[in-house]
Amino acid sequence: MDFNLTEDRQMLSDTLNRYLAEQYPVEHRNKVAYEAPFHDPSKWDELAELGALFALAPESAGGFGGAGFDISVVFEAMGRQLTPEPVLGALMASRLLNAAGEDQEALLSGATKYAVGFTEIDAPYELDQIACSATAKGDNFTLSGRKSTVYGGQATDVLLIAAKLDGTLALFEVQAADANVTGYAMMEGGGAAEVLLDDTPARLLMADAGDAMQDAINAGIVALCAEAVGAMDVTHATTVDYLKQRKQFGVPIGKFQVLQHRAVDMLTEIEQARSITIKAAAELGGEDASRYASMAKNMIGRAARLVAEEAIQMHGGIAMTWEYPISHYAKRLVMLDAQLGDTDYHLTRVMAGNRAA
Amino acid sequence: MDLSFSAEDIAFRDEVRSYLAENLPAHISDAVRSGGELTKEIMEEYHAILNAKGWLATTWPKEFGGPGWTPVQRHIFEEECCRAYAPRIVPFGLSMLGPVLQKFGTKEQQDHYLPRILDGTDWWCQGYSEPGAGSDLASLKTRAVRDGDQWVINGQKTWTTLGQHADWIFCLCRTDPDAKQQSGISFILVDMKTPGIELRPIKLIEGGHEVNEVFFTDVRVPYENLVGEENRGWTIAKYLLTHERTGIAGVGFSMQALEEVKALAAKVQRNGRPLIEDPLFAARVAQAEIDLEAMKITNLRMLFKAQQQGAPGPETSILKIKGTVINQELKDLARRALGPAAAPFPGYVNDGNLMFGPADTANNAARYFNNRKTSIFGGSNEIQRNILTKTMLEL
Repeated sequence: MDFNLTEDRQMLSDTLNRYLAEQYPVEHRNKVAYEAPFHDPSKWDELAELGALFALAPESAGGFGGAGFDISVVFEAMGRQLTPEPVLGALMASRLLNAAGEDQEALLSGATKYAVGFTEIDAPYELDQIACSATAKGDNFTLSGRKSTVYGGQATDVLLIAAKLDGTLALFEVQAADANVTGYAMMEGGGAAEVLLDDTPARLLMADAGDAMQDAINAGIVALCAEAVGAMDVTHATTVDYLKQRKQFGVPIGKFQVLQHRAVDMLTEIEQARSITIKAAAELGGEDASRYASMAKNMIGRAARLVAEEAIQMHGGIAMTWEYPISHYAKRLVMLDAQLGDTDYHLTRVMAGNRAA
Repeated sequence: MDLSFSAEDIAFRDEVRSYLAENLPAHISDAVRSGGELTKEIMEEYHAILNAKGWLATTWPKEFGGPGWTPVQRHIFEEECCRAYAPRIVPFGLSMLGPVLQKFGTKEQQDHYLPRILDGTDWWCQGYSEPGAGSDLASLKTRAVRDGDQWVINGQKTWTTLGQHADWIFCLCRTDPDAKQQSGISFILVDMKTPGIELRPIKLIEGGHEVNEVFFTDVRVPYENLVGEENRGWTIAKYLLTHERTGIAGVGFSMQALEEVKALAAKVQRNGRPLIEDPLFAARVAQAEIDLEAMKITNLRMLFKAQQQGAPGPETSILKIKGTVINQELKDLARRALGPAAAPFPGYVNDGNLMFGPADTANNAARYFNNRKTSIFGGSNEIQRNILTKTMLEL
């Protein structure tokens, strides 16, 4: 039993935290996160040079990581700085390309950006409800349908699309330039896109890709949970600092027990969230990965909303302003619940597991 | 990061598991499973079984007759005991007074009292809380006045758990009423047979007799029954409260409770199908299971830290707060799962005639009510929040 990071991961963590704190301060972040392309392409290149993408894939795929704890180190650092770079798409695409036995050097070096299109308006989370369909045209394929909230889709070069081929969930590669892509900024900054496919040419990567897609989702969940833990740590520390500084009725408001206990409850939930994220990261790739990913995403959804709402409430009006960073942390913490399955969806999955047991 | 136990720890777990399988009698584990009160005889029989193996004083170092376990080994042992439906070890002599004497006692006190705790000669109880001193323990008023080579004690203790079985009580007494609250307290050992002591049972919410009031009227005990220095008892009190905090999360007991709830919800019918298929109930079970799963890791993280730093840190208060709340939720689910079958008062179900739920669930309502205590005792969850406020948030 050892809850310390390995030396290599600790080094990567320190490097990324230092780089993002120095080079990607929140003022800069807020500027690029809301202006097309809703991230900073030069910072993307620098992040890739630091190894943030290579850490997401195993050595066999040309990376130097790929385990749950490699992923969590990268995303926790991004969570601490609210980094809006489209790394989630790269991570999930890397898992998929690895399963399909595809080369991914261009992905890991950052030269080619990838985004993953699973989600549809009527199938926000459930792979088995996907309607987008593939048609064989000789040796080639075309896709038709609409992919919704494709994270990083506004800036991507390549889309990996889930579509039904003869009733089976298959994975296709589509060049973003061939599709009708409409990018937009998200509520909390960073970008996504609606992708319209209408007999769009596509390359088949895997004919039966359900398991690979579930693995990509599980990895994405570990990433989002770690990102949330990083963002929650900063939000909580900032709130506690504020309680020490802000005076009302002649005393720092942190002297009021009603606020002290609420700040402690935030801490307790964050520690629980950190624990379940560690568990999900440890189980990633294993037999029970989906169950623990669902547990983690459920708990993160609850904890992140609590931390966001309590941080705003305990700050008072200042946290309602655009200028104060906590407002942006709060938005990210609330909105990530709807990525890759929300609290209720994942609770239902855990329940289904209990019924089957 | 590595969440698995070492090969040595796994070998240790297997050893504990097989020892309990071979040596824990069915009548003891059945009594635990039934959820009713355990008799003194059962608790003493169980202690003797562990003592025969040298495993009774789980926190004691080898020099005092303990097994000298690491925090991780203690954790594994506690988990295995829960898994086997073994009783909880009665903590007052073994986990509380023992470590206090080892740190603050004289050689004579150690040589006299420690072996008697191990072999069961002395059953200890705790004289801390008073009617006017609960969460604010330092405001305690029970007075000990020196008279030659004796202490004369007057006052009242309360919430004295299993005092009805006790031979001895360790007491916090005020020995300097003029000093600042925390500075005038001493830690004194008192033989329960001393004239002037009267014990009255307190009947609890579910009807059980677990705790007592203890009255002291001109109780005279030898001066050498003082542990540590005069007026320095608060240091000991704090040491006792923070020393032994592995197991405070009660993870093993909550795992037991979760399995019980799941098994019950698979048996009980609602709307023509097993209760576990009812979405609202199943959601609450799943939610508690997720919280418990996180708690397991939180507990291991803090064990790991304690093992690395040599002592548990203040963040273990998180384990107390969250651990008790999860356990209480599971007890609530176990009660609810029975529906109206939880109605009979404990005394009316034990003979089996009135039992209309599964046999081992007859005490579910009583257990639910009894377990409301866990967020109150051992430093209420609000006191734990105060501790975290000071130590972790520095507010």
